[in-house]
Amino acid sequence: MNVIKKYSGLIWLLLGPAVMYLLIAGALHNIDPDGTKDINKPIPWIIIIAIFTPISIGLMIFGYYALKGEYDHLAENSEELN
Amino acid sequence: MKPINAAGSSIWKVIAASSVGTLIEWYDFYIFGMLAKTISTQFFPEGNDVAALLSTLAIFAAGFIIRPFGALVFGRLGDLIGRKYTFLLTLVLMGSSTFLIGLVPGYKSIGVWAPLLVLLLRLIQGLALGGEYGGAATYVAEHAPANRRGYYTSWIQTTATLGLFVALGVILFVKSSMSEAAFDAEWGGWRYPFWVSILLVGVSVYIRMKMNESPLFSKLKSEGKTSTNPLKESFGHRANFKMVLLALFGAVMGQGVIWYTGQFYAQNFLETKVMIDFEQSRTILLWAIAFATPFFIFFGWLSDRIGRKWIMLTGMLLGVIFYRPIYSSFLESVAPKTYTGALPYMTGSPIIKKELSKINTDSLITTTTHFASPENYKYTVVVTDTLTASSLLKKGTPVVKNRHLPSGLFWKFVWLVFVQVFLVTMVYGPVAAFLVELFPTKIRYTSMSLPYHIGNGVFGGLVPFIGLLLTSSFPGDPLVGLWYPIGIAALSFIIGAIYLQNKIDTDVTD
Repeated sequence: MNVIKKYSGLIWLLLGPAVMYLLIAGALHNIDPDGTKDINKPIPWIIIIAIFTPISIGLMIFGYYALKGEYDHLAENSEELN
Repeated sequence: MKPINAAGSSIWKVIAASSVGTLIEWYDFYIFGMLAKTISTQFFPEGNDVAALLSTLAIFAAGFIIRPFGALVFGRLGDLIGRKYTFLLTLVLMGSSTFLIGLVPGYKSIGVWAPLLVLLLRLIQGLALGGEYGGAATYVAEHAPANRRGYYTSWIQTTATLGLFVALGVILFVKSSMSEAAFDAEWGGWRYPFWVSILLVGVSVYIRMKMNESPLFSKLKSEGKTSTNPLKESFGHRANFKMVLLALFGAVMGQGVIWYTGQFYAQNFLETKVMIDFEQSRTILLWAIAFATPFFIFFGWLSDRIGRKWIMLTGMLLGVIFYRPIYSSFLESVAPKTYTGALPYMTGSPIIKKELSKINTDSLITTTTHFASPENYKYTVVVTDTLTASSLLKKGTPVVKNRHLPSGLFWKFVWLVFVQVFLVTMVYGPVAAFLVELFPTKIRYTSMSLPYHIGNGVFGGLVPFIGLLLTSSFPGDPLVGLWYPIGIAALSFIIGAIYLQNKIDTDVTD
């Protein structure tokens, strides 16, 4: 199981930038001054990209930790978390 | 230290005091969304760019930015000064801002101040909601014995859905007791649900004031072991931060989309794709919630026996498998080719209305035809044809509106929504106990609140936006919007299955 945990970390590490790329591409494709839907307005995209940037970085860090074997053993008690 | 084993009657007081307040906060948060159409007419009129911008901010910023921000602000406060006073503060903030939204004069009276004030109050609502849940869940869990932590915290888990239930019920009740014009007027019935909030909050604050601080937090405080910088300890310490990430990606991210799809996406789909009328689409959801709510308690209880992990992950997996068949069934059930009952026939003559187009010299001919069957299946078909200046007639596409289902189909739809809310109970019932057990007492409020509100507020809250995005990109498939919750739930299932433990932490006192 630890091998799967470790190597799937690479997937999560790559998924972070992929999500950001999709969001930015989606924004460029859909923002339209003549459009009337929410997806045509820049504000929702700015908010979503702003909030997803740290989340995507978080996913990359998660992948990095997994790749380094940090999740091979999960904390049994709070002492291990300090 | 021994696990806190609260005496029978006092634990129920703790649960009641926490749950009622949390339920009211959810109620307050939902009524804004449910009355969005009326609110936008009153505060965000069409054709005004500033109002449109403020409206977009009210919808997106409150859920996506402010909720996680509220989790950080109040989570930190809860770990510094205690759970009781923090979630008392969130309740007061939420109740006051909801009440005040009901008092803001419309755009016609005070112009741009109206949307500005509503935006400000909506942001306070989002901030308060971000701080409430973590406090209530932590407070109950820290009173509960280890072998019943899932069961006791599951009562808190019912509140989000019951808040939706109460909001739906109050709005339906007010709406049915007056004419549409009286409900939608500037100082009309749509404001009553906002005003009701102040009474509910008053009662809840009174109950919460009488409660004691969490015993675990009190002990830490008396020993001088509380955190001095909960944000740094939660997210700056690698060992704890990796658990925050695991909680987010392996559990609450999937839980958030299942939660949102089963309730809000379902209602929206029934209204905008199946075109069921306002009252029936809400009644379907009310019945489904009423039947499914006990399962929050059941799965909380079950998680004390078999662990939290696989119950939550099974809920996600079932969502991945069954969402498309369920939503397909909604559409097929009303499609004329596959509808199994007697098809409705035309009642009376079509009503034809002719008017000039507002954008050019064309004439618009709108034909409205009502249909009904002996089984009381009713709907209206509206076709708008265009007669051009050169006398060319362009046929419009027939649009079905105000569909009212016959009894058999109505209960089939209740069942299909029930199945989705049942999945919500699987993922959501055990999640409070799961999150509480993941983090130490001194930074528990902060550490569990942030992933929870990112999972629910951001991943869950994005279901309609991404749904719209996918539908616009692939208009041929009416179910394409489901790929977002299906994808996120599948990803969370895989991460959870690989990385999470199914162990129940018997000692949360550390």
